Amino acid sequence: MISIARLLSSLPRTPARSTSLFTFAAGLVTLAGCAGGSATSAVSSPRETATTAVAPRMTPLPLRVTPPSPDPRVGLGAGLFDAEEATWNLRVVSSTPPAEAFVGFTNSDLAFTGEYAIQGNYNGIQVWNIENPNGPASVTTYVCPASQSDVSVYKHLMFVSGEGLGGRVDCGTEGVPDAVSQDRLRGIRIFDITDIRSPRYITNVQTCRGSHTHTVLEAPNDPDNVYIYVSGSSSVRPSEELAGCSGALPSEDPNSALFRIEVIRVPVDNPAAAEIVSSPRIFEELLAPETHGLSVADLAQIEAARESGAFIGMRGGQESVLSDRQTGPWLEEIVAARGGRGAATAADSASLRERLPEFQARRQRPGTGGNRGPSQCHDITVYPEIGFAGGACGGYGLLLDISDPTNPVRLEAAADSNFAYWHSATFNNDGTKVLFTDEWGGGGGPKCRVGDPMEWGANAIFTIEDGKLVFQSYYKMPAPQTSLENCVAHNGSLIPVPGRDIMAQSWYQGGVSVFDWTDAKNPVEIAFHDRGPTDATRQGAGGTWSVYWYNGVLVSSEIARGLDIFELTASDVMSQNEIDAAKSVRLDHLNAQGQPRFVWPYTFALAGAYVDQLDRSRSMASSRIAEVRGTLAAAERASGAARRTALRSLAGELEREAGRTADASKVRTLAEAVRGLAGS
Amino acid sequence: MKVTEIHLRHAVLVGALLLLQACGGTGGTAAQSPGAATTMSMAELEALYRARQDSVLMRVSEADVRFMTGMIGHHAQALVMSGFASASGAGSQIRILTSRIINAQTDEIAYMQQWLSERGRPAPEVDGTGHMAQHMQMPGMLSSQQLERLENARGVEFDRLFLTYMIQHHEGAVTMVHELFAIDGAALDDLAFKLASDIQVDQITEVARMQSMLDALPASEPNH
Repeated sequence: MISIARLLSSLPRTPARSTSLFTFAAGLVTLAGCAGGSATSAVSSPRETATTAVAPRMTPLPLRVTPPSPDPRVGLGAGLFDAEEATWNLRVVSSTPPAEAFVGFTNSDLAFTGEYAIQGNYNGIQVWNIENPNGPASVTTYVCPASQSDVSVYKHLMFVSGEGLGGRVDCGTEGVPDAVSQDRLRGIRIFDITDIRSPRYITNVQTCRGSHTHTVLEAPNDPDNVYIYVSGSSSVRPSEELAGCSGALPSEDPNSALFRIEVIRVPVDNPAAAEIVSSPRIFEELLAPETHGLSVADLAQIEAARESGAFIGMRGGQESVLSDRQTGPWLEEIVAARGGRGAATAADSASLRERLPEFQARRQRPGTGGNRGPSQCHDITVYPEIGFAGGACGGYGLLLDISDPTNPVRLEAAADSNFAYWHSATFNNDGTKVLFTDEWGGGGGPKCRVGDPMEWGANAIFTIEDGKLVFQSYYKMPAPQTSLENCVAHNGSLIPVPGRDIMAQSWYQGGVSVFDWTDAKNPVEIAFHDRGPTDATRQGAGGTWSVYWYNGVLVSSEIARGLDIFELTASDVMSQNEIDAAKSVRLDHLNAQGQPRFVWPYTFALAGAYVDQLDRSRSMASSRIAEVRGTLAAAERASGAARRTALRSLAGELEREAGRTADASKVRTLAEAVRGLAGS
Repeated sequence: MKVTEIHLRHAVLVGALLLLQACGGTGGTAAQSPGAATTMSMAELEALYRARQDSVLMRVSEADVRFMTGMIGHHAQALVMSGFASASGAGSQIRILTSRIINAQTDEIAYMQQWLSERGRPAPEVDGTGHMAQHMQMPGMLSSQQLERLENARGVEFDRLFLTYMIQHHEGAVTMVHELFAIDGAALDDLAFKLASDIQVDQITEVARMQSMLDALPASEPNH
C-alpha cells in the first residue's frame, strides 16, 4: 500500500513545525513541557536503550516507538476511489463505497447495534451489516436529507440530528426554500428500528438551534426513559418558525435559546411522547482562566504592575491586573459615596483595594451582561458509570456531574488559548483522564500543514484530580498534510486494550491516527492509515469523519469514499495478546458519545496481554517473564483440575512477588486475571 | 480510467441527474438493498460523484454569492488588522491571537474564492490595504480612520484598540451570518451553510476570549 516512489518527495519531519509559533506562547508555561510529547515519537531517553534486557528495572520503562521514517503519509497520490494509501500497524480489511443514493453527499457519524453499523449521511441514513468485516453488506438506505445526520441508537430506537436549513419534517428531498417555514426540521428525528431493514419514522423534537450533534444518556436508575442532550451551535430560529425561540441575550430575555443545552426525555415504550424536559444553563457564572496557569513572565508582569500601584484582582482563581476601564467607575462610586467630587484620593484607592472582591463579585453576577462563558456546546460525551460528562462547549471544556440526567451540573471548566473550538471529549476507561479535541476551523480547513502549530487543532489531555481538570499535554496527528486536505482533530474512541489507554481518532483527510495516552504527559502514535487527497487540483471534502472500535474492528466513516474497516496488526508496541484481549470485549450497541465502561472477560489473551506489558516495560526480569509465559501456556494446554491448580498457584506467586517488581499494580492485576481464569 | 473518459460519462450523467434533481432518491423511504451497496464500477461511482458535485454548482443562491463575496472583503480587513501586530509591540497573547486569525481567515478566504470560482462567479482578490470602498458598509468593518488609529497605536494601547476593534469586526461577521440565514433560499448549499455556521461559532467563541483578554489588560496609567 505504501508507495515508495512518492516518498522521495517527502518533507522531513522537522521540529520547526511544532515550535514555529512557540515563541509567541511565552504566556503558557505548561506548553514547554508538552511540545515534545506530540512532536517526537521516542519518549524514553536515549541512555535507557543501553541498559540490560535481563535485569528488572526500578520503574517501568516508558513506551518506546520507532515510527516508519520517512513518514509514508507524506506525498501520497490523490484520487477519489483510487488514492494512494499508507498504513502502519493496521490492516485495511475492507473499503466499501457508499450506496448510489449517497454518493456525492457527505457521510457523517456512526452508531452501532448488534451486527449493524448505522452511518449518517447528509442525504439520510445508511445501514450496513458488518458481521463479515471483509464485505459489509448494505441493508437499508433511508433517504431523509439533513445535515449533519448525527446518529445514535438505543434498543429499538434510532435518533438522528438535523441542523441544516434544507431538512424537512417529511424527509422530502426538495429542501426548504423559505427562511421561515413549518416544513423545516431542525432538531431530533426519532425512528423505530425494530425492523432495521425498514426504519419507521415516529416523531421529531424541534429545537431552537437545531441539533449539530446529540448525545444519548442511558441513566442507570431510569430504565423507562432514555435522555438526549442536544448540542446546537447554529443561529437561533425565528419565533415565527418555532414558537418561543429567542436569540436575545438572557439578560434581555430569560427564555433565550443561547447559553444552554436542551435535554429531551424519550419514554422507551412510548417514544412518540418524547419532549424537551429541561434546558440547563450549564455555563452560568463561568469564569475560567484563559491559560493553563500563569507563566513566569505573567507573574513578573503582575508584580511590576503591583509595585507601580495597579489594582490586582482575581480572575478564575488567578491574579490579574485590572484595567482603568474596570476600576475607574468603582473609584468614582467611592468618591461619590463620601460626597466628594473629582479625582480619587489615595484614601479612595486604599478603600477600593480593600473592597475589590466585593466590587468584582458584583461585576460577575449572572445576568449583568458580563462574561457568560460559551453560548453553546458542540458535543457532550457522557460516561454514566462514573457519573461524569465531558462538554466541549465553545471556548471551554467542561466537566459535568450527570447523576441527575435532567439537571447536569458543571463541576469544572478549562479554557485554553491554543484551543479555538472545543469539539468533543473522550474519557479513559478508568475515568481518571479526559481528552478534548479542538476542531479548529470547523473541519473544512487544512490545519495539518508543515507550518501549522502542533498545539492548534489538536487534542488536549487532562487528568481528573478531585473533580478538577489538570492539563497534561497536547496530541496532534504528526504527519504533515497538503493544503488540499482538510485536516484537524475529530471523532474517535477508545480501543479496549487492557492496562493501557489507547485511542483511535479521525483527522479528516489526515486519516486515522491510533495513539497511546497511558502516560498523559507523553501521548505517542502507534498506528495509522492515510490516503492522498480526494482531488489533486482543489481542496475537496473528504477524509474520515469518525473512527470507532466496535467488537474487534475499527470502523471509519469516510466522508466521500464510504465505509472503511481496519484491524490492528501485532507489532512491538501492540502484542497479539493485547489485540485479542481488546477483541474479547463485546458490546451489544455503541454510541461513542455515550461511553461504555469496558470489562474484560478472563481469557489467556488477557493474562498474556499483561505479561507482554510487563515485558515491554521491563518491570520483571526476563527470565521470570519466560517462566510465567511457560506456565500460562502449559495451563492453556491442560484442562480441568490440572489447569485450575496451575493457575491458582501462579496467581499466588504473582501476588507474593508483586511488591518486588517495578510495576506492582500491574502484576497484581495480572494475578487477578490469572485467578479469574482459574475460575474462582 | 482516463480523465477524458470520466468527463464524458460525467457529462451524460449531469444531464440525467438534472432531470432527477440529483436528489439521490425519494425522501422518507427505505430502500432495502441486501448485499453490495452498489453494482456500479468505481469509475461509474466517481462519475456519479462528480456529477452530483457539479449539479450542486448549478443551484446557486444569489444571497450566498453576495455573502461569500462580501465576507472575503470582511476577512481581508481582519488580515490587515492582524498584520499590524508584529510592528506594534503587541503583547504575546495578542500575537498568538493575531497569528491564529491570520491562519484561520486566510484559509477561509481561499475556501470562499474556490466556492465562487467553481460557481462561475468572480472571486475577489485580497488587496492587502484593508480599505475596501465597496465593503466599508458591511457590519463591523473598521472605518479608514479606525484603521489608521490602529496602525499607529503601540504597546498596550495597540492591544486595547486591536481587541476593541476586532470584537466589533467579529460581531459584524456574526451579524452577516444571521442576516444570511434570514433570506429565503439562502445557505441551502451545504458548503455555504457549513462555512457560515463555522464563522459564526468560531467568531462568537473568539469574541468571548477577546473580551476576557480586554478585561485583563494591564492599566495603561497605573497612577492610583
